Formats: sequence, structure tokens, C-alpha cells
Amino acid sequence: MNAAARSFGVSLPGFVLLSTLGLSLADGSGLTGVAIALAAVVMGWFTIRALAEHFKTQRWARLAAPILLGVLILVLWEVTVRALEVPFVILPPPSAIGSKITNSMPLLWADMVQTVVKGALSGYVMGCGAAFLTAISVDRSPFLKRGLLPVGNFVAALPIIGTAPILVMWFGFDWESKAAVVVAMVFFPMLVNTVAGLSETTAMQRDLMHTYAATYRQTLFKLRLPAAMPFVFNGLKISSTLALIGAIVAEFFGSPTLGMGFRISTSVGQLALNIVWAEIVVAAIVGSAFYGSLAMIEKGVTFWHPSQRG
Amino acid sequence: MMRNILSILTVVAAIIGLWYLLCIPMNMHEATQQAQRAGAEVTPATASERLQLGGIALAVQNPTLWPGAFGQDRPRLPSPDQVVAELWNTTGAMVLSGRSMTKRSLVFHGWITLSATLLGFVFGTGLGIILAVGIVHSRAMDMSVMPWAIASQTIPILALAPMIIVVLNSVGLQGLIPKAIISAYLSFFPVVVGMVKGLRAPGMMQLDLMRTYNATRGQTLWKLRLPASMPYLFASLKIGISASLIGAIVGELPTGAVRGLGARMLTGSYYGQTIQIWSALFAAAILAALLVGTIGLIQRRTLKRMGMQP
Repeated sequence: MNAAARSFGVSLPGFVLLSTLGLSLADGSGLTGVAIALAAVVMGWFTIRALAEHFKTQRWARLAAPILLGVLILVLWEVTVRALEVPFVILPPPSAIGSKITNSMPLLWADMVQTVVKGALSGYVMGCGAAFLTAISVDRSPFLKRGLLPVGNFVAALPIIGTAPILVMWFGFDWESKAAVVVAMVFFPMLVNTVAGLSETTAMQRDLMHTYAATYRQTLFKLRLPAAMPFVFNGLKISSTLALIGAIVAEFFGSPTLGMGFRISTSVGQLALNIVWAEIVVAAIVGSAFYGSLAMIEKGVTFWHPSQRG
Repeated sequence: MMRNILSILTVVAAIIGLWYLLCIPMNMHEATQQAQRAGAEVTPATASERLQLGGIALAVQNPTLWPGAFGQDRPRLPSPDQVVAELWNTTGAMVLSGRSMTKRSLVFHGWITLSATLLGFVFGTGLGIILAVGIVHSRAMDMSVMPWAIASQTIPILALAPMIIVVLNSVGLQGLIPKAIISAYLSFFPVVVGMVKGLRAPGMMQLDLMRTYNATRGQTLWKLRLPASMPYLFASLKIGISASLIGAIVGELPTGAVRGLGARMLTGSYYGQTIQIWSALFAAAILAALLVGTIGLIQRRTLKRMGMQP
């Protein structure tokens, strides 16, 4: 504990002090500012190392280490950009991005609703639902299953995002075309995972259902679907990222004057990079929230699985 | 093996059949238009009446005009044979006539995209492996960097692509390098996450054996950890290379590039050249399949020589 206190006692105050110093005299200070920022980074890194060495099992340390690394990078970014007076069109400082986010909340919210709720989410539900039902109906025919699995695996590795211009041409500029792109992107990964999950039961378990004289439907609902859930959630989680990517990139090919992809592609053209960064921050938050909520549901549904019991 | 091939062929044939069938309602409006101009009887007589109808209703009312739905110049949905013919005309036929590096040739455009993909892939996987080695050997890096690497999988980082292109363009970098950077960071994170898992694959027993041999950390890495990580490495390389290709294609979209498969799709969508979009899409798909297949082949040969696979 003594060693821990000593290493913290130097590095943490050092990091805080150097960071505040760097931030307060950053503007136009040139290489001096950069040197202070680098010193702050070194101090911050020592803090993380002290955390890792002395508190590796503590829960708060596991949370604090990545947050500290994030703060460290933000400080380095902010001070360096302001000290060297990097042009705004190349890299805006984080503070400018932050103030842009707070200033243009309504705009970001409207873009988010257009892209995520209307485009990504509706397509995600349709695509994953269709893939799930297809998997269950295909499951009764071993012949089709043998054919569909390799084809599905193959298609899942293809750059499906390239169908975006075609689907925008068919379904128009509004959210319908984005939902269609999302359906095309999530269908096969979800299908392959569900089909694989449905064949997860062992012969022993199926025999047991047989001795109970369970019907196909009972076996499906009481044994095979629950057993398939880890795979289904894996497919759902992969698809959540794909859905956001599909909805955003599809907007590069044409959209109403609204949406995250639209804002990114037009603002990049006007070199208004702070709004672009703001959209990316929103996309990151939405993406991890989406994934995180799926992981929470998974924890509740597949509580029996070894990976959840930890 | 034979049974599998039969199943796969059935599924593929079903998809192609469905595609041909879809061509009829998709292209029926144009087909009736052309038939009327040629003097045939069409059953809602005016074009505005036909626009009220859906494609399927129109197809049902004019069964004699179905052949007109195929072989159009700018169909809404080109038939498979049109796409294959266009693919052959822009690749094989041009190679045979020695014009494989002209602007109409997909070999040329494919090469532009491929070179960016491969350059980015090599850098991305190289850096990914180095970071994974660092994470496995330093607890501080493990605690601070790893959560970010995992979180980055859940956010749509592809949204950064347009900004990278434009920012690098404003500092004078154009063409290959910006696209390769996008490819690199898309393949980077899957490799980091996969390799960390792989380098940790050796069990306690094996690590203890290395310790009894008095092996240094470097020796343990070279003789135990790296060989043990090979299956994980190849699995993440497959994900990485298809992500790289997608990155290179999307990297060609925002600046209105004139060369590359993404540029072919973009110009095709500007000028309504549907056949061109579809052939570029299939060229990208074939490229992806070739790249993943090559890695699969290397994987099989390497693992066989290492004795990890029969």
C-alpha cells in the first residue's frame, strides 16, 4: 500500500497540474505547450501503470484506467492543436467539438432520428426478423440448410454496402432506401448465426425431448430456440454495428436534407469539421448504447450460458 | 461433399431464378413504354395511368410483353446475363484485346481499389499485431487500451472515412494513401482483438513449461505465443481483409473519385447506368471472395505445416 500511495502521490497530482498548466497557456505557445502536454501524458501513463500494478483486481480501477487514457488523449489533442495553431479545417480541438455538440443539439437530434430511428432501426428489425423466420423455416430441410450456410457465409463477407446506390435508386431518397440497405446488410450474418444456433443441441437433449413425446413445435420452443439464443444474440450484436454503418453510408448516395450521413458528407465539403466530429461522436454514443443494450438483454436471456456465469 | 455441392447449386439456382422473375415487375413500366412506341396494344393505354399501377399489376395485365422486360439499355434491375456480359466485356474481353489498363476496364478500376486495400491491410494488421503484443505484455496497456479496442468494434467508424479523405486532401495527400489509411484502421481493430485472444491462448501448463526452460519473454513470444495464435490470426485476417476492401470502396465515394470500383458505382448512380453499378458490385464481390479465399488457402497450408490441422 505504501508503494501504491507513493507512486500515486507523485504521478496523479503531476498529471493534473501539468494538464491544467498546458490547457491554461495553450493558445499559440508553440513547442513549449507541446512539451508540457507530453510531460502530462508521461505522468498520466505512470498513473495508469500504478493503477494496473497495485489495484488490478479492483472494479473502480478497471473503470478508471480506460477513462484516464481517454482524458490523456483529449488533453494531448487539445493542447497540441491550440499550441501549434493547427488550422481548424484539419483538426478542431475537442473543446470546439464539445461546444458544437451542446450548441446544435436540435440539429443533431433530428439527424439522429432520421438516420438511426427511421433508417437503421426499422431496417434492423425487418432484416433480423426476416432472417430469423427464414432460418426457422429452412431448419426443417437439411438439404436447404447445407446449401444455405456456405452461400450465407459467402454473402456475409461481401461488400454489401455497394448495393446502396442501387437501392437508393429504387426506393427513393428518404428513409425507405436506407432501411432497405440495412436489411440487405444484416440479413445474411443474422441468418447464418441463427441456423448455426439451431443445430447447437446435442443428440442426448433431443433424445430426451423424444422420450417426452414432444412435438416438433414443443422441441423448438422449449429446447432448440433457448439453446440457439447465444448465437442469435451474437448475430444481433454484429448486425447492430452493420445497421448503423449501412444507414450512414447509404445517405452518401442521396438523402433528404437531413440525416447523419448527409450532414457528414455535405459538411466535409464545406470544411465545417466540428459538426462532422459532432456527428461522429453522436454515432459512437448511439452505436455503443445500441450494442450495450443488446448485451444487457443477452445477459438476462442467456443467464445459463457459461460465458455469462463468469 | 457431393451432397453439399448439390445443395449449394440448388440455392444458387433458386437465387438466380428469383432474380430473373423479379426483373419482370421491376422493368415492366419501361417495357410497356417501349412496346407502345413500337405500336403494340398496352392495357392501361396512357403512361400516367400505368404509373398509378405497381409493377406486378402491370405485368399481370400485359403477359405478352414480358420479354420486353429483359435486355433493356437502362433497366431498373438488369438481368443476370446482362451483368455477366458487361462484366466479361469490361474485364476478360479487354484483357484479350490488350486494353486492360484503360478507363473502361474493370481490371484497371479493380487494381486501383485493390492496391489501396492491400497497402492498408498490411499496415493495419502489422500495427494491430504490434499493439496486441504490447497489450499481452503490459498490464497497464491491457487495462487502459483494450476496453477502447473492444468499444471501437461497436461504433460505426466507417463514418470517419469522408473526413479523412478531405482532410488529407487539404494537406496535399491524394489518391492511394488516404484510402489505404481508411483500410488500415478498419482492419486494425479486429486484428488487435483477435490477436490478444490468440496470444493468450496458451494454457498455464504450457507457460509454466516455458518458465522451467528459463525462457525469456521474447522466447516465450516467438516459440509459444505466436505459433499458438495462428488460428486466431487467420480468423481475424479474414475479417480484416473484407473490412479493408469495404474501407477502400467507401473511401472512393465522398470526393467524387474517378478511378476505382467505388467510383464506378458512384458515376453509375449519377448517370443511371444500372448495368455499370451491378457489374462494379459484382467485381467487388469477386475481389472480396478472392482475397478471403487466398487467406483461407494460406491458412490451410500454414496450419497443416505447423501440425495444427490434419
